[in-house]
Amino acid sequence: MHFPDQQQRAYRAWITVLVTLALAGAWCYLRQLNMGLGLTGLSRDVTWGLYIGQFTFADGLAASAAILVLLSAVHGSRSFRKLVLYGQILAIASAIACMLFVVADLGQPSLLWNVLLHPSPVSIMFWDVVVLAGYLAITALIVTVTINCERKDLPPPRWLRPVAVLSIPWAIGMQTVSAFLYCGLPGRSMWLSAILAPRFIVSAFASGTALLVLVLRFARVRLESETLRKARTLIAYTMALNLFFLLLEVFTTLYSRIPEPIDHYQASAPWIWISGTLAATSLALLNGFRRNERLLPVACAFTVASVWIEKGFALVPSGFVPSPLGVVTTYTPTVPEILIAAGIWAVSALIATLLFRTAFAVRSYNGEKPYLLSVEQEILIR
Amino acid sequence: MRISRNGFLRFLAAPILMLARKRATAAHGKRWVMVIDNRKCMQDEGCTKCIQACHIAHNVPSIPDARREVKWIWKERFRRLFGAEAVPVMAENRLSLALCNHCENPPCTRVCPTGATWKRADGIVMMDEHRCIGCRYCMAACPYGARSFNFVDPRPYIANRSADYPARSKGVVEKCTFCEERISAGRLPRCVEACPSGALVFGDWNDPKSEVRKLLESRYAIRRHPELGTGPSVFYVI
Repeated sequence: MHFPDQQQRAYRAWITVLVTLALAGAWCYLRQLNMGLGLTGLSRDVTWGLYIGQFTFADGLAASAAILVLLSAVHGSRSFRKLVLYGQILAIASAIACMLFVVADLGQPSLLWNVLLHPSPVSIMFWDVVVLAGYLAITALIVTVTINCERKDLPPPRWLRPVAVLSIPWAIGMQTVSAFLYCGLPGRSMWLSAILAPRFIVSAFASGTALLVLVLRFARVRLESETLRKARTLIAYTMALNLFFLLLEVFTTLYSRIPEPIDHYQASAPWIWISGTLAATSLALLNGFRRNERLLPVACAFTVASVWIEKGFALVPSGFVPSPLGVVTTYTPTVPEILIAAGIWAVSALIATLLFRTAFAVRSYNGEKPYLLSVEQEILIR
Repeated sequence: MRISRNGFLRFLAAPILMLARKRATAAHGKRWVMVIDNRKCMQDEGCTKCIQACHIAHNVPSIPDARREVKWIWKERFRRLFGAEAVPVMAENRLSLALCNHCENPPCTRVCPTGATWKRADGIVMMDEHRCIGCRYCMAACPYGARSFNFVDPRPYIANRSADYPARSKGVVEKCTFCEERISAGRLPRCVEACPSGALVFGDWNDPKSEVRKLLESRYAIRRHPELGTGPSVFYVI
């Protein structure tokens, strides 16, 4: 595949940035291995922080491919047909990020295999590892087979459809298990809410689809306006549900006047306000998209940012503050901790870039034009 | 190898026999509990003899950063231990002891993904620091703050390392084990032995004649957050 020079340069710059971030993260992680989790801002009272927050967000991104599969494979929506592969590539990259975040958070990562050597089915974390690994395997299988079939210009094999359909309940189950990690803990009243799993599922669909639109925009992929309109509807409904679910939680907590849950919401109030405002803004922009197509990427950016703050910051440290003993401990991630998290995202983005490039190459070889090019670039290529 | 009919039947019935044995121990065996006589304990609020004895014996490091300290038994304000149950005026400034409650229904063992922490038939919640992967899920699950994580290598923070008890490595969780190594030798836990006023009483709940049962029958006792259904084995007589 030939890129115009300008794009070639941009692509190289992008890869350089990602590799640099990944190396910086790896160096900091070596320091963490050496020193222990004392390198992070975590403490006795706030035992999970940036890593587990980012894990929760990435888990949602990974699960979001399910809604595209559902709409195109089960409901026969033609507008998402081409998007499914891209969504699943994003899912693979996010699932790998999830695993890396879990490993980064462990005090003894070399003993990780104990989870499989001494399986404890009563522990939700055991199931989370199982479900995540299974989801990664299923999605990787679907993507490999799809790309190979498209390369050979063959229809996908018949057995692929049941596998793709299986990935839908699997993804929803994965989000449910992730929510259950938090839901069943006595003394952590902020998380002791049955609506956490539905919140995870709708925010996953909203943020994953929005990120996919942004990524494809960034990669200059041509998308039909019908597809964009469908994506907008999907994001708008899931995001509106997410905001509604948040309001349900806030009402139940505040109206009951039970002090402990209120204390938690007080601790995370700034994050909730930021996330909620971003969500409301994205909804307003998605509504404006009907008149102005350029608003969609902006709205998508607001959606992703809203869910990122909600899952990565409002949910995790705040559930620990105050501690069950009523101690307020502030948690601030350290610079190495942030670099490790950034490095993990960079690795994930590198994987996504390579897979996306493969998919684009196969599709453009087949005579499709996945790229959105300017007129001059079109002439240059000819 | 010959297989006898008796042996074959025994093999088939093994799971049932195991279950039966487990239930038998639960009903007739020991169940260790601790009773803290708070009137005695609170007489000398500056006393830390039990804490020192425990921490020295178990190589518990003294980490200066309170946010990351490791503690098996410690003193805490009444209000923090008993929450809304404690009336503010007195509870804000009086100190009382806190340690792992060795719950009847421990949330920490439920969430552990590797079985590194588990409850024994005699009620002691155990911790295997060699199997622990350091995910800290048990710390999120424990509503009593009884678990500590080694954020750094603890060894430099142990003043005189005892050779009788292993020191832990960085990246694992640890906590009080009711001195199971001493109980199995027929001795009392360190803290109980070290208390100068006899405020700590340790014994078998299943034995109606034990000192703990007598104390609990004669005086009003409370436990920390019993509404969570964890069933703490540490009682405070007030």
